[in-house]
Formats: sequence, C-alpha cells, structure tokens
Amino acid sequence: MARVLVGVKRVIDYAVKIRVKPDKSGVVTEGVKHSMNPFDEIAVEEAIRLKEKKLASEIVAVTCGPTQNQETLRTALAMGADRGIHVEIPADQCAKAGPLQISKIFAKLAEQEKADLIILGKQAIDGDNNQTAQMTAAVLDWAQGTFASELKLEGDELTVVREVDGGLETVKLKMPAVVSADLRLNEPRYATLPNIMKAKKKKVAKISPKDLGVEIASSIEVVEVTDPPQREAGIKVESTEELVSKLKESGLV
Amino acid sequence: MLAIGVLRCVLNTSRSKLVAKPSCLRTTSKLLHSASFDLAEESIFTTDHEQLRSSLNKIIESEINPFVDAWEEGIFPAHTVFKTLGTAGFLGVSKPTEHGGLGLDYSFSIAAAEELGTIRCGAIPMAIGVQTDMATPALARFGSHELKELFLEPSIKGDMVACLGVSETGAGSDVASISTTATPDGDDLIINGGKMWTTNGTQADWMCCLANTSTGAAHANKSLICVPMDTPGIIVAKTIKKIGMLCSDTAQIFMEDVRVPKSYMIGEEGQGFTYQMLQFQEERMFAAAAALRPLEIAIEETIAYTRDRKIFGTSVLDNQVVHFRLAELQTEVEALRSMLYRTVGLYLKGHDVTKLASMCKLKAGRLAREATDACLQYWGGMGFVSESIISRYYRDFRLISIGGGADEVMLSIICKHLGTLPGRR
Repeated sequence: MARVLVGVKRVIDYAVKIRVKPDKSGVVTEGVKHSMNPFDEIAVEEAIRLKEKKLASEIVAVTCGPTQNQETLRTALAMGADRGIHVEIPADQCAKAGPLQISKIFAKLAEQEKADLIILGKQAIDGDNNQTAQMTAAVLDWAQGTFASELKLEGDELTVVREVDGGLETVKLKMPAVVSADLRLNEPRYATLPNIMKAKKKKVAKISPKDLGVEIASSIEVVEVTDPPQREAGIKVESTEELVSKLKESGLV
Repeated sequence: MLAIGVLRCVLNTSRSKLVAKPSCLRTTSKLLHSASFDLAEESIFTTDHEQLRSSLNKIIESEINPFVDAWEEGIFPAHTVFKTLGTAGFLGVSKPTEHGGLGLDYSFSIAAAEELGTIRCGAIPMAIGVQTDMATPALARFGSHELKELFLEPSIKGDMVACLGVSETGAGSDVASISTTATPDGDDLIINGGKMWTTNGTQADWMCCLANTSTGAAHANKSLICVPMDTPGIIVAKTIKKIGMLCSDTAQIFMEDVRVPKSYMIGEEGQGFTYQMLQFQEERMFAAAAALRPLEIAIEETIAYTRDRKIFGTSVLDNQVVHFRLAELQTEVEALRSMLYRTVGLYLKGHDVTKLASMCKLKAGRLAREATDACLQYWGGMGFVSESIISRYYRDFRLISIGGGADEVMLSIICKHLGTLPGRR
C-alpha cells in the first residue's frame, strides 16, 4: 500500500477581492480571509479516496508557510489526512519561497517519509505558477502525471488521465510518482463537525526548511505588482445596422 | 397622478433589471465579509469556531443557497436539507455525545447560528433553529434514554424533522394559557386540543408538544410530550400563508384523541412550563446570532446595488445620505454583535443572562425592522419587487419582533429586571 504525501497551500480565499499594495510590492494579505488552495483540496480528496479503497496506507499533509498555515493543515486533517507536517517559513520570507524551493522541500520530505506518491494541486490560485509538481518530480527523478482528471492505482502502476489542450491523454506511470490534480479529478468533501474535532488530536510535526537542508532564497525578483487594466463599460445598440456601423467605426470589421 | 408615475417608475426599473440581471443580484456577501476581523480574534471564538463556520459555509453555498430562490416558490424540502446538515454534524453541535451530538459548549451553537445567517432567506435558518434549539433541548436535557434514542438521535442525524407544539390560537407569547390537554388512560396519554403557527408542521415526523396534564396552577400543570406526527387523530388542518418566510411551512394542527404512551413524556410531569422557560435564554441568543449576517448582507447588497445604480449622473451610493445611513446601520449591527458576544460570554461562565439575552432579542428585532426598511428604500422600484433580496429580507426578518416572544414580551422581562413593571393580579 502506498504512502501518500499531499501538499496544502494557504492562499487568499477565492471569493476575496484582491487589492494591490500601494507600493506595488505585492497584494494585501493582512486581515484578509485565507483558505486552502482549491486545487489542493482536490489533491487531499483524491488521497483520501485512495485510502478508502485500501490502496493507500497513510496520508501525510504538508504545508509550507507561517504559523497561520496550521489552520490549513487542520482542514486537511479534518477532511481525512492522517497527520501533518508544517514546514515553518516566517511570513517575511514567504515571498522568497518559490516553486523551486518548495519542490526541494517536498522532495526531501518524500525521501524522509518514504512516500510512494505525491499528490499536489496543479497550481495555487495566488501565484498561478503551475510548477511545483513538475519540479518536485524532476528533483526526485520520479515519474509525473500532471493535470490529472482521473487516477487509478493498481499495484505500483498508476494510470492517469490528463487534461491536455486537444482532449484527454492517458499515461501509465510506475510508482513512485508525482501527480498534480486538475479541477475535474473529484469533488472534495466538507469536513464534518465530528471530524473537525477529531482532527485536533492528530499529530502535526513542525520543522524548518533548514532542518531539511533547503535554502529559502529565490533567484527570482518581483519587480512590480499592478492591477489588471479596468474593463470599460459596454454600450447597448438598438439594431443590427447600428451594431455593424459601430463595429466599422472602431475598425473591427 | 403621482401614484401612477411612481408605479410606472417601478415597472420601468424592474423590467430593465429583469432583463439585464445585474451582478448585484448575485452573491456579493462573501466578498465583503472578508473585510471583517478574523473570527478567531473575537472574544468568544477560537480557530475551532472558525473551522466550524467555514465548513458550514461550504455546505450552505453549495447545497442550500443555489436552490433558495426555487424553494421560495413553494416549501423547502426539510428532510433533504436536514439530512445534509445532520450528516455533517451540524444538528447536534451542543447535544450529548452519547446520542450522536458533539457535546460542544454553547459558543459553538452561536457560531453555527451566525453562519446559518448566510442562507439567503429567513425561513430555512428558522426551520433549522426549531430543530436544534427549540424542539430538542428539553428532550436532550431531561428525556429518558429510550426517548432520546427514539426521537433525539434521528433528529440529530437529520433522519427526522421535529416541530414545536407550544403556541395555540389563544396562546403564543403567553405560554401559560395553553388549553391542549393530555389525560392519562392506563399506560397512555390521550391528547386533545390544537396547535397554531407550527413551523415545520406539515413536514415534521414528531412534535415536542406542551399540554396540560393536570388542572393545577398554570405553571405547574404542564408537561412536554414527544408525539409522532403519524399518530391517528392528528390533523394538519392547513398551511398558513404568510407575508414572509415563504418556503417555511407553518401549520395549524388539530389533535383529537391522540393516544401516545406515557413514556413519551419528557422528564417529570408538571415540569413542562419550567423546561420550556429554561431554554428561552438560548432561544433568544440564537435569534440574535442568526440575525447578524442577514443584516450585514442587507447592507452589503444595498451598497452593491446603489453603487451600480446611477441617478442624476452619479451613483445612488455617492449621495451622502445613503453612505452615511449605511455606515450608521453597520455600526448598529456591530453594537448588537458586541452585546451578543458579551451575553454569550457571561452565559458560558454560568451566569443567568435572561435580561441581557432578552435585550439582544429585542434589539435584533428592532434593528431588523429599521435596517431592512432603510435599505429597501435605497433600492427604489427594485426594492418593491419580490425577486430582489432586500424585499425578501424586509418581509422575512419582520418576524424577529414577533416570533419567539414578541418585542413587548422582551420589554416586560427587561422591566421586571429593572423593577419598573407595575404589579399584576
């Protein structure tokens, strides 16, 4: 049976209207509602389903970030993960922890925990990087199945249906492997109240990137963060003729 | 002439809005909610409460809110909704663990009640409140083990829908004057009488029924009895039509020689009135908690609508009278929240909070009337249209001042504590 590592990232809640900081160094995160990255919820759900089918022996949820990330871990534990690892990165250093640094952390932990399978969200809704799963597979030199919309595990063979531009692609992987979850892989469950309470008793280990020998220093520098250009209001036209003439006016036809 | 002009204006606005379906009709509440403090920073809450609320919010946003508009055309399916909530543990927050509850303290019930306010109508939170905080607390506290297995456990799981049979045609806020009787007959009780304003009445599987079991003093002759609603002699006379709380079923119920075992009586005979009064503190705090989010949503939706709506070349919101008024209303809501949290805090420490809880309930009712009316005004014609959220809130939350002890009953209780109530009898 496989031991599964899942990554859970704490991001600004999808429903929050993002505001750019006045100094353009990033977005406002203070006092803003955060929750688990939705793609990571899908990853956690898939791991739980593997365990329910008796294909996984243990699910370890991993999060990287400041103290508040423990809430995200607890959500994963309440959903059904067995234990958690909190890789503590102080808030002021989080910006420096890019996909490469995080993938090195995952790779080290996968070795330490003797994981057979890593399931990650295909991307986080904050940075939209879509790199961590791929880089983790590269660092470990493991097989990878990204953008999974279906996952089947038989023995040590993993069948992953991937959502690619032209349609669906099916790949077979030999474990150990890294899989990244796409939107249609499953519908994540709610944490029930009894499980929220039980999750409090589950173990969470706290470590630092240094313990894993990973340096948090990105070679990428963010120059500026700005709002996307405002969309201008549309107009209503009375007839097709008017529509055509307006389109001609603006040189579109 | 003026009236016709106004009406035309109403029709014109509504028509264009109906076609355009502006974004303001969709959910904007979550968006603005994020601006308030982290829940765990509040005096009576912790990260556990925050987790509870965020999980409950997910259920509400995916399993309830998308259907509310359709349900408001008829009656919402209580069994389906309760099963969803029961499976996730939300119908037994502070109920004993040996019967499927979670045994959490009352602050968790308040957290749940507050989150239920994100349901986009008043009817469904009210129906849930009846199940969790009105029909079952006495059973949970005083019922026999067998009785709890029969009625409490399935109600916590969401397999059974409960209703509360207290109010009658001649007795509502004045509970002592009910006239329904339960007469012993061997090992059974024979119930005769009727109940009025029974929420969940047409869908319920059992009723927590208050009846006179002897002819003694009004406060010592009543008992609470669990009555299965399929017992012969129970007639759901009619579904009462109301101005608000549309998708909640409100029934008038007749009871004619309804025979139930004596063992279905909750706790001791003659204690019914006392049991009923004991849980009123909780019912009032629940009512105030469940009103907070709806009032905020009313304000948030009004901000969104008036920001969009242009008049005389500027948005309605940009008029100082509008944004000042909304700021003032939000201040009132925060004041109510502070009073409630303080009341709950004292209650958790074991204090009798009857006075403060009654004040919370009174203020919630008063403010609901003031805020929904003020907000509706700024919606103009759209405020008068049934489909707008503000008109639903205006209709639904008018009930807070009437149900669960009217404003005047709250005032009497507060006066009693102030020592200003003239002596009676």
